[in-house]
Amino acid sequence: MLKMTAIAEINNLTLFLGNRKVLDDVTLQVQEGEILALLGPNGSGKTTLLKVLAFLLKPDFGEVRFQGEKIVDGNLERMRLQSTLVFQKTLLFGTSVFNNVAYGLKMRKISKAAVKEEVENVLELVKLKGFEKRAAKKLSGGEQQRVALARALVLRTKLLLLDEPTANLDPKNASILEEVILKVNRELKTTIVMATHNMFEAKTLPHRVALMNSGKITEVGPAADIFNQLSRNLASFGAVENVFVGRTQMTDTGTTIVDIGSNVQIETAVRMKAETSIFISPKDIVLSKKPLESSARNVFKGRITQVSEIGSLARLTVDVGKLFMVQITKRSFDEMAVNLGSEVYITFKASSVQEM
Amino acid sequence: MNEIIDGITRAFQLIFSGDPGLYGVVYRSLLFSGVAALLAVLWATPIAMLLGLKNFHGKSLIKGFFNAMIGFPTVALGLLLWLLLSKAGPLGFLGLLYTPGAIILGEALLVTPLIVSVATNAIESVDPEMMNLARTSGASESQASIAVLKEAVNGLIFSYAAGFNRAIAELGVALIVGGNLAGFTDVLTTDISNLTSRGEFSTAIALGIILLVIVFGINLTIVIARNPRVLIMIGRMPQ
Repeated sequence: MLKMTAIAEINNLTLFLGNRKVLDDVTLQVQEGEILALLGPNGSGKTTLLKVLAFLLKPDFGEVRFQGEKIVDGNLERMRLQSTLVFQKTLLFGTSVFNNVAYGLKMRKISKAAVKEEVENVLELVKLKGFEKRAAKKLSGGEQQRVALARALVLRTKLLLLDEPTANLDPKNASILEEVILKVNRELKTTIVMATHNMFEAKTLPHRVALMNSGKITEVGPAADIFNQLSRNLASFGAVENVFVGRTQMTDTGTTIVDIGSNVQIETAVRMKAETSIFISPKDIVLSKKPLESSARNVFKGRITQVSEIGSLARLTVDVGKLFMVQITKRSFDEMAVNLGSEVYITFKASSVQEM
Repeated sequence: MNEIIDGITRAFQLIFSGDPGLYGVVYRSLLFSGVAALLAVLWATPIAMLLGLKNFHGKSLIKGFFNAMIGFPTVALGLLLWLLLSKAGPLGFLGLLYTPGAIILGEALLVTPLIVSVATNAIESVDPEMMNLARTSGASESQASIAVLKEAVNGLIFSYAAGFNRAIAELGVALIVGGNLAGFTDVLTTDISNLTSRGEFSTAIALGIILLVIVFGINLTIVIARNPRVLIMIGRMPQ
């Protein structure tokens, strides 16, 4: 059981970046020892909130407390020693892996011998042992993100903040990172706050989930509750990819049709409650240039609106009235010769649709 | 054509002759421009840090001013300084006119806009989140600024080298406020100017070649020091 002691508290915090209100009257308690996930669409304020918790941004109104102590200009640098942020965009110094990971320890004036030992240990944890002398910026994307995580982990701060830690990673690197996140939480009792878009991550890693939209926290609760009872918000503003909410209708054959709006009706293999939230894994969706003759029940025509490449994978957003995230290999993507704006079909089986 | 060949021959004779007059003028050129560039670095770097790292009203105006001042004619700056430093001028009491100090001051002012502009660009090209990366790793504000400067080090060194190049190659300031006093304030450029006006082309060409060799030599040294692999690349060039 988690002890219910707040390690960080945000009270009625409002923050402007330029003229834009990025956080709007946010109140949140981060409990000691928990993993808290911030879920929300792009621009909902997740990154800004993480920067507030890293004491990198100051509120315009409201207050931030860490272990009961209010953050003010005078204790800012001291407080930053207790909390560290791993940025979504992999940020590394233009030096060796060792120097990158050792940077924060050097700032803390740790002895050379201890720095060497700590760096070696943490590199082993993120499976980068032997990489010490390599130029950090010349590593692969996944390895670079692991260096960035090691840079933060080595500091053993009480609060670890992760901004979409696996968003730009291939599945192998993503699973290494997820494993490490769980390990430091369990073994070192590090409190972790992470922003994520990833359905699997949001469902499996955190103890609690905070839903964000337009700079506000709309719901906070145990992950299971958010994904079961409170999931309407989750789906309605696209906090996580390929989660939809809709009304259901039974068919003669025992399957269910879920009407998710915008003329998109999804057939599922199982009976579902009258109003439900469903999830389709981006990996289960087949992309084609022409409609497929197959046993799959769900075929939709749409256009590619976004493409991002992650290592050997390509992730595409396809607009079929609703936005679907589709994950295919980069090789398939190249061979299909499709691009932004291309007309495509997405196909998935009724059994790929999961009720949440 | 003969004069050019004579000039080149004379240059090599001079270089290897051990002529103390020649070494004196080379020494003064290096010393004055070196000290001037160093002084400019000392005040231009903090200005570039301010412009590169902070956001404030009027920043674009200040950056625009320094960009425009890169093209300030050296003779115009020389004239301005002469008026300030001459006995009747407001800074006449310093007694700097026709001394090495006047050349150093003038050249330092001359190269400041160039260093500020190039160094500011170098600092701005570093990811703005780098400062936050250092802060969240536990760096104080000054340590975080140093971390950003380290990321911009190639650009900074380039700005310093550019400043030194402009200082050693300029004529207007050295001639007007230095007075080209033989053995005291004469430098390579003022001597070249003087020799050309007297029709002593071969010696002028010789000094010109020496000036070029110094500039190339120093810049090549900087390139090699930053990236020793350049040497290997040069070695691999087709013969």
